[in-house]
Amino acid sequence: MKQQIADSKANPGATGEADDCLFEYLHAELVNYVLSRSSNAAEGEEELSRLEWMGFSVGYRIIERLTREWSRFKDELDMIKFICTDFWSSLYHKQIDNLRTNHHGVYVLQDNAFRLLDKVGTSSSKQYLKESPRLLAFTCGLLRGSLANLGIISTVTAETTTLPSCKFHVQVQKI
Amino acid sequence: MTFGLYAETPSSLSVNKVYVYNITVQVVRTRYIHTSSRQLVARRATGPIVNMSRTGTKLDAKKVNSELFTLTYGSLVAQLLQDYENVEDVNKQLERMGYNIGIRLIEDFLARTGSGRCYDFRDTAEKIQSGFKIFLGITPSITNWSPAGDEFSLCFETNPLTEFVELPDNYSSLKYCNVLPGVLRGACEMVQMEVACWFVQDQLKNDNVTELRVKFVKRLEDAIPAGED
Repeated sequence: MKQQIADSKANPGATGEADDCLFEYLHAELVNYVLSRSSNAAEGEEELSRLEWMGFSVGYRIIERLTREWSRFKDELDMIKFICTDFWSSLYHKQIDNLRTNHHGVYVLQDNAFRLLDKVGTSSSKQYLKESPRLLAFTCGLLRGSLANLGIISTVTAETTTLPSCKFHVQVQKI
Repeated sequence: MTFGLYAETPSSLSVNKVYVYNITVQVVRTRYIHTSSRQLVARRATGPIVNMSRTGTKLDAKKVNSELFTLTYGSLVAQLLQDYENVEDVNKQLERMGYNIGIRLIEDFLARTGSGRCYDFRDTAEKIQSGFKIFLGITPSITNWSPAGDEFSLCFETNPLTEFVELPDNYSSLKYCNVLPGVLRGACEMVQMEVACWFVQDQLKNDNVTELRVKFVKRLEDAIPAGED
């Protein structure tokens, strides 16, 4: 299959491009699957680490593809900015709305209409708020994986208070 | 950039296994944010953060999205292989997920194409083909009709699902793309058609093309509400 990869580079028009909604459906199935496998559901704690792990491995790989033709990043902030703008807009169709940092390794990325939460509810509806972390775990991993391959080891958590918006907290580990 | 299906791939990546995964539910913030909230008061990036003095090539959103899908699917297969001992179970699970996707995807398809009922199975074949065009951007060729006209093959020259994939020898019984038969089965079931799908040839197993065989089983009559034809 090495052949195939070489082909796709030479003639990018030849390979198909998957429609957006496929990722959303697939993501829904991932969540479904992970929940069905999580054993200690009874304790009220959902085991989302598998989901996060899958996100990590996707992020780790996709960032390699995305940054292939980019010049070197200046510093950590530059990488985070890349994540907020190009990375985010090509994956989730919009840029991060707000980026905050304390300049000591904590970044807060806020998206006011996160794609995977967009159809789940509006700010007035609290019905699915409890379930929403399931839809964020994959993306947390995606962020962590991307940053990891850029050389930033981090912890990523998500929080959501009103529905289509959510915040991702990136805590960079100092080595 | 191969998608490892090797069972040990994830752990080989685990540069940072240490990190506890920790997602906050609702309003509750995680502990570390609390401790650092004083620092957080610090500075806030003002104005749009868009302007970077970078003249790199713009990312193609469509292409990226497709790669995201491909890689996500790959990580799913890798995860399944890790979770199940038996490759047959992985095949089954993939088919089931495909089914779940299919029963939703058919609505997208009908809404976008506005197509009505199929006249016959040849019509169905063409619609399935156009579905692949819409959702995966590929046009499989329809070949090998059975004399009775109830079976045909879809031949894929390229397949976005397998773009970065290489199958290790010990997974020769894995049907990597087994989500596709599931999708077809689920989608057809929603339009009162029972079909059976399976792979005859697979590029991942060094065949020239990937061939998906589709067989019409029966019309699901009872699913039609009374008064509708």
